[in-house]
Amino acid sequence: MFPQYDLIVVGAGHAGCEAAVAAANMGSRVLLATMNMQTIAQMSCNPAMGGVAKGQIVREIDALGGYSAIVTDETRVQFRMLNRSKGPAMWSPRAQSDRMQFAWKWRLMLEANPNIDFWQEMITGLVVKGGQVRGVRTGLGLEIESKAVVLTNGTFLNGIIHIGEKQFGGGRAGERAATGLTEQLLELGFESGRMKTGTPPRVDGRSLNYERMEVQEGDPEGGRFSFTPTRTPEKQIPCHVTYTNAKVHEVLRTGFDRSPMFTGRIRGMGPRYCPSIEDKIDRFAQRDSHQLFVEPEGWDTCEVYVNGFSSSLPEEVQYKALHLIPGFENAKMFRPGYAIEYDFFQPTQLQAWLETKRIKNLFFAGQINGTTGYEEAAAQGLIAGINAHLAIHDQEPFVLKRSDAYIGVLIDDLVNKGTKEPYRMFTSRAEYRILLRQDNADLRLTPLAESIGMQGLEQRMQRVREKEEARDAIMQFTRELSVAPEQINTFLQSKGSAPLKQKVKLHNILSRPHIEMQALCSVLPELNRFLQAYDEECISLATIDLKYSGYIEKERELVEKMNRLERVALPENLEYQKLRGLSAEAREKLLAIRPRTLGQASRISGVSPADISVLLVYLGR
Amino acid sequence: MFADGLEDTIVALATPQPAGSSSGAIAVIRLSGARAIAIAESRFKGKKLSEQPSHSLHFGLVCDASGGVVDEVLVSVFRAPHSYTGEDSVEISCHASPYIIRRVLDLLMESGARMARPGEFSMRAFYHGKMDLARAEAVADLIAARSKAAHELALRQMRGGVSSEISSLREELIHFAGMLELELDFGEEDVEFADRSALRQMLDRVRARIAGLMETFTLGQAIKEGVHTVLAGRPNAGKSTLLNALLQEERAIVSDIPGTTRDTIEEVLDIRGVLFRLMDTAGLREADDRIEALGVERTLQKIATARVLVYVYDQTVLSAEEVLADLQRFARPDLQVLILANKADLLGDSAAVETGSRLAKAGYSHWLSISAHRVEDIKWVSDALYSLVVEDERLLESPMISSLRHLQALRSAETHLAKAEEGLRGNLTSDLIAWELRQTLHHLGEITGEITTDDLLDNIFSNFCIGK
Repeated sequence: MFPQYDLIVVGAGHAGCEAAVAAANMGSRVLLATMNMQTIAQMSCNPAMGGVAKGQIVREIDALGGYSAIVTDETRVQFRMLNRSKGPAMWSPRAQSDRMQFAWKWRLMLEANPNIDFWQEMITGLVVKGGQVRGVRTGLGLEIESKAVVLTNGTFLNGIIHIGEKQFGGGRAGERAATGLTEQLLELGFESGRMKTGTPPRVDGRSLNYERMEVQEGDPEGGRFSFTPTRTPEKQIPCHVTYTNAKVHEVLRTGFDRSPMFTGRIRGMGPRYCPSIEDKIDRFAQRDSHQLFVEPEGWDTCEVYVNGFSSSLPEEVQYKALHLIPGFENAKMFRPGYAIEYDFFQPTQLQAWLETKRIKNLFFAGQINGTTGYEEAAAQGLIAGINAHLAIHDQEPFVLKRSDAYIGVLIDDLVNKGTKEPYRMFTSRAEYRILLRQDNADLRLTPLAESIGMQGLEQRMQRVREKEEARDAIMQFTRELSVAPEQINTFLQSKGSAPLKQKVKLHNILSRPHIEMQALCSVLPELNRFLQAYDEECISLATIDLKYSGYIEKERELVEKMNRLERVALPENLEYQKLRGLSAEAREKLLAIRPRTLGQASRISGVSPADISVLLVYLGR
Repeated sequence: MFADGLEDTIVALATPQPAGSSSGAIAVIRLSGARAIAIAESRFKGKKLSEQPSHSLHFGLVCDASGGVVDEVLVSVFRAPHSYTGEDSVEISCHASPYIIRRVLDLLMESGARMARPGEFSMRAFYHGKMDLARAEAVADLIAARSKAAHELALRQMRGGVSSEISSLREELIHFAGMLELELDFGEEDVEFADRSALRQMLDRVRARIAGLMETFTLGQAIKEGVHTVLAGRPNAGKSTLLNALLQEERAIVSDIPGTTRDTIEEVLDIRGVLFRLMDTAGLREADDRIEALGVERTLQKIATARVLVYVYDQTVLSAEEVLADLQRFARPDLQVLILANKADLLGDSAAVETGSRLAKAGYSHWLSISAHRVEDIKWVSDALYSLVVEDERLLESPMISSLRHLQALRSAETHLAKAEEGLRGNLTSDLIAWELRQTLHHLGEITGEITTDDLLDNIFSNFCIGK
């Protein structure tokens, strides 16, 4: 009934979809197996993509040939560039999407790819022979053959949903949990753990009083995630902001004795940065108000997502508390919030290219690796899909460095440090934040993706060349154009910047704070004329590279320094147990992870600089 | 560099090589490594060392292969990990004759020990996790310590004085950086951000502490290496009398100061534990001929690298103006000058005081009217020299840096902090301020340990309510 596939992807969430597309666009024959074809690319939590650090990841996915950015652009109901005031390294795109259109658009894009087949059934086991995965086994008892498998099971593995004192098996509201896989993986020697996440109630927008809330509009100029010319809707719809208060907290507290969190029924570790509302009240008792974002679920539906009110308290407590929130006095609830516990596998069991160390050609991506977030999942899916294709063609794995991409930071953290709580990306995690900007993701990554044979990058590559040429030309121009004091001093004084005493080259003026290229056009007609030939993205890139040049250069030096450690190979059979200078923790971690380079070893949690010195001494440096 | 040979048992003389009359009575030979005890035992006649507990002391004989006695010795046994290096170790105290030392070392090497390379014992201690980098450096200093104060300084730093000060600084900075990272990563969330003035205050505090630590370098360096002091004055000012008198009171018991040659270091004074490396100079005089011009030139060169200048003049001959004219030739902002108006016994006190106040007006406040012939006056000079260097004795009790590496790391940290502060005044976006702080943390980490981004996030999560 089935051909022999190159790759079977289990699960069709953000990770699964990107994995399928990446492998298919590399040339693999892919089967995408999902329990329910109606829920392909479901946004299980809030209807939004991007945000600080996550927006950068979506841009990187696009630069590498993934589809998340395109789908988001075409189905977005609102776009904002966050952190505008904080410097270009921090600019982070974020979009609200129409939840149903998002999933539908993804499905159409997958269907448009002739290399992707679909199968709707629960996958209950793997076919493993001789330490290598050979296919999957389905709930009906079918065996489907493949050369590689990517597991992207999300929250479905032995998922248990909690609402107050009630609990039931499920992978998402209204959907079954997946069983069988965890048990088989444990038999194969993997170690699993439990994690927990939660989601807020959904309410009926027709029952809300928006007059009592603050309005949060999208950016009037709009914006895009993809480096391809996607068609973004012209209109946008606003979100709203409201706040909890002491009375709300009081009502919520009445449910604490029935909270699965506080009564210990949930043992899985939840994210510290995405706490439930009861968690916030409990841990930060001194605050009597918390902000809530009221987010529309789409263009036409009246369903509304109450961001910030994640809860697993009994549904009637949620309902009562909601009613005390300004604007929610008459709110009708569509469904209560809930917490969900699920199995994950400590990602230190993976290679840097997301293949498991135990079973060849078996890859893990997404929440199964202990991460949270659509963006983090999609990024891993993409990398797993690429590497599954490379593995079955005996090609070198594709590994992004921490200095290449947030995706590099993400995977490097996962495989070396593991995680105790659902892992979310923050810009703070990246050492080279100034290099890893959202505006240059394509410059950083598209050529890399092209070099490994990713198809469909022609448009992006052409754009990369355009941007680079434009940037170089503009920078050259600013180095050559002389500016006289009489041309510019009035302008400089109006910006609070010191006047010129003699002629200087334009780039010297641009390196001053608060002096922007576009603003200078008004006083420098030559510049204005020159820039006519370039679009805003190119001008902005040149400005950033100019203004940040000192920092960019220093950061590159740091990368080079770090890469020196990356080039020091550690022998695969190094007997860490014999190096007495190592701390017990470091020894244990090094034995388990077996880093390939000293650089990798330095990032393993529990391995201190003193331990690295011991390794350096041992290696004779 | 030590990779090939960590399994070797190493041996070396732990006390100074005896040389001529300056040798001590006892020499200590140290063995370290897995076979240290067995090797010592093979040459030892007495108790079976392999059966002795750690930290025990044994009397016996060291014998050669034919049973001939080389020396009577005391042997201390230390067992891993409770030894300096963290390995099995033996220390053999023998008589300090060059012949005996040579023989004992030869015999131990015949039994399988290898001569240690310089610093290899400390390297092994570091390798076996017995000390961090800053402490390992302090040990090297302790070994080289030549005076009481230098010894105490090294001892204190070895116990972690600087390390703990840096760690505490680092903690404060992580908290500070955490506040900025909070703005960057959670700007869209419902968190209260620290206001800029609070951040500036915090930054000022950290900068003051770093500056304080940097200031200790001069003193730390002076204590560790001795204070370069130049003695200058015109001919017949009484320099020689003064020098001899000082030496009689304060001559240091040191055999040698490395890194200098005999002809530039004339003498070393030890004033309450602080070493003054005193360089005498040719008399200062208007150069009439070439040879004298050379002498003056050399004097000026010596003063150019000195920390302290002791200028002596004959107050019965020279006026304040003439003294000032001399001093102006080598004035340097970081040169501390002690002016000694000699031959006070030949002059009334009132004239002296007048000169003193003239000089003080010109910026020279360290002025003493003395007679090099009076013992109590020499004591004043010693006191004056000491307080020029140790401005506040309490500093001796606080963490002090004496390594150039630490100073450089602190300087780099300070450079980045200065930029961060400028940034806080509105000239940098917060991503760049955060960048400067990360660099600061990185440089502080160079001194002792580490900085990981995990620290920043942990700080954020433990202090702020995050989460939409």
